[in-house]
Amino acid sequence: MSKPKIATTALTSCFGCHMSILDIDDLLLKLIELVDFDKSPIADIKDFTGPVDVGIIEGGISNDENLEVARDFRKHCKVLVSLGECAIQGNIPAMRNTVPLKECLEVAYLSGPTVENPSGRIPDDPDIPMLMNKVYPVHELVKVDYFIPGCPPPAETIWEILSSLLLGKEIDLSYTMLKKD
Amino acid sequence: MRTATKNGRKIIINPVTRVEGHGKVTIKLDEAGKVEQARMHIIEFRGFERFILGRFYWEVPVIVQRLCGICPVSHLLCAAKAMDVIVGADKLTPTGEKMRRLMHYGQTFQSHTLHFFHLSSPDLLFGFDADPLKRNIIGVAQEHPELAKMAILMRKYGQEVIKATAGKKIHGNGAIPGGINKNLSIEERDFLLKDIDQMIQWSVEGLNLYKKLYRDDIERMSAFGSFESNFVSIVDEDGRFDIYDGSLRAKDPDGKLIFDQIKPMDYLNYIREEVRPWSYMKFPFIKQLGMEKGWYRVGPLARVNNCDYMDAPMSEKERREFMELGGGRPVHSTLAYHWARLLEILYCAEKMKELLNDPDLQGTDLVVTGERRSEAVAYLEAPRGTLFHHYRINDRDQVEMANLIVSTTSNNEPMNQAVKSVALEYLEGAEITEDLLNHVEVAIRAYDPCLSCATHAVGRMPLIVRLEGPGGELMQEKVRG
Ligand code: SF4
Repeated sequence: MSKPKIATTALTSCFGCHMSILDIDDLLLKLIELVDFDKSPIADIKDFTGPVDVGIIEGGISNDENLEVARDFRKHCKVLVSLGECAIQGNIPAMRNTVPLKECLEVAYLSGPTVENPSGRIPDDPDIPMLMNKVYPVHELVKVDYFIPGCPPPAETIWEILSSLLLGKEIDLSYTMLKKD
Repeated sequence: MRTATKNGRKIIINPVTRVEGHGKVTIKLDEAGKVEQARMHIIEFRGFERFILGRFYWEVPVIVQRLCGICPVSHLLCAAKAMDVIVGADKLTPTGEKMRRLMHYGQTFQSHTLHFFHLSSPDLLFGFDADPLKRNIIGVAQEHPELAKMAILMRKYGQEVIKATAGKKIHGNGAIPGGINKNLSIEERDFLLKDIDQMIQWSVEGLNLYKKLYRDDIERMSAFGSFESNFVSIVDEDGRFDIYDGSLRAKDPDGKLIFDQIKPMDYLNYIREEVRPWSYMKFPFIKQLGMEKGWYRVGPLARVNNCDYMDAPMSEKERREFMELGGGRPVHSTLAYHWARLLEILYCAEKMKELLNDPDLQGTDLVVTGERRSEAVAYLEAPRGTLFHHYRINDRDQVEMANLIVSTTSNNEPMNQAVKSVALEYLEGAEITEDLLNHVEVAIRAYDPCLSCATHAVGRMPLIVRLEGPGGELMQEKVRG
């Protein structure tokens, strides 16, 4: 029997949730034995090679490419997990939802105290992904099956859920595993 | 496919998949088909400097550290240092300062370990040209299990130090305006002391491993992606190496001082950032040298080149050996970054041992305050280089202005230069070869671009290379997925 497959990605986020996956430490070696990685920065595989059992998304959706990746994950993954607050509710990046996007760009590229911008142009390369006016939680745009809260969720929680999902066990989380800071 | 053009061509390289798309590199060829220019476009934007406005100053350290989950402690500490100035805490208590230092050494230790062992060692162990499917950390775990285990346990140690000092492995809140919110308990101290000698030993082993790889192939390694540049970092008052505190120093390619001992509040007179319409990441430069000539490198290589000495005996010995590579001038090789990084891993291990044995860490005097101020600038040497945080706070305690220069931003132009140097050597005609893709990846990775602050490339970077004609029309595209 082939090993279950897992895929991960980071959208608009800080990568801390992926770091928390690495915080399972030596269990990482066990994870590598248990599963095959498909598309994931951890294994450096850039595109789906086929259907995947568990897909993990870190981060909210703030541009058209994020949305494309989220849809691609939904299409390929039997189970889709939102890992961490950015995926679940937008979190810190979504603080920009209270401000017009234009103002964010102006502060960064026109009015900042160290800015030298002789052309007065805000970066506008046609290949830069289109920013959305808001940062969205993943489940507002694609269906999500599981939510793991925390910023980031603790490594033990991630391991308990992942290993249970992969081995078909019942998920059993203690109170401390669910407690946020 | 090859198309002759009259006015030169462009090759575009996307270092992060188009789908995750956060970065892209263009190599422009001149009429003779020679490499003329390299540009690395960063295409993610989050807008922290605007949406932080209106927040209370004491919230800032915990908010801004969410810029980056790979080195959150850097932003936590740099913001806390700025807020020290705001609350008038000119000198922290010994417990406050030392807890923060321990936190920072733990963080640099784990971040450098992650970068070298998890991200870069696959290239070095399997060769730049090895099968990309094997050339990853999983390949390392399968073929060099002892090394993988050592890397995992070293990173774990750094994370445990962060947990003991900041409260949590990722996004803790230990540093607060004017000090810290906990000391180190005896249990925590003993827990960490137990393994510190092992960490020092593994640091030496890692450094020796790389030194051997480098020396065995010294010509290729030192020429790879090489170019000369200015260097910027902070140093202590007497030129001592320090990653937590100090003033700004810049050296030119010959090692002569451009400026020295620049205090945080004066940074505006020395550092500016150019905006170029094709990248969301700005281009910092030394003001008096101007946009063209003023770019500089930051990070491990800059710090080791810039300092006069290190106050940790094993590291100082290693530093002297390292500096011999430059023969009296700074070391300029791109792949010397890894060497300097491993040297800093050893430095952090030595400093952690020193601090763990210091009874000040069990002190109970944690916070100081003084006369309230309205503006503050702080520097910190984050793992990837000098970090600048600048804030103005109004009299209702809210942020009125924020300006952040993130480490990787300063290496923006250098990464372009590295790509240019590699392209000059490995681009054959107008053909995009596997060899070119491999080498571009390795060159960018040496700078440890924490593109999480700008992109999400924790893994190895996929490439899309595009060759463009003078009007921007596509001539050839090659994707490595
Ligand atoms: S939830 Fe927290 S740790 Fe995870 S990506 Fe968002 S900010 Fe980073």
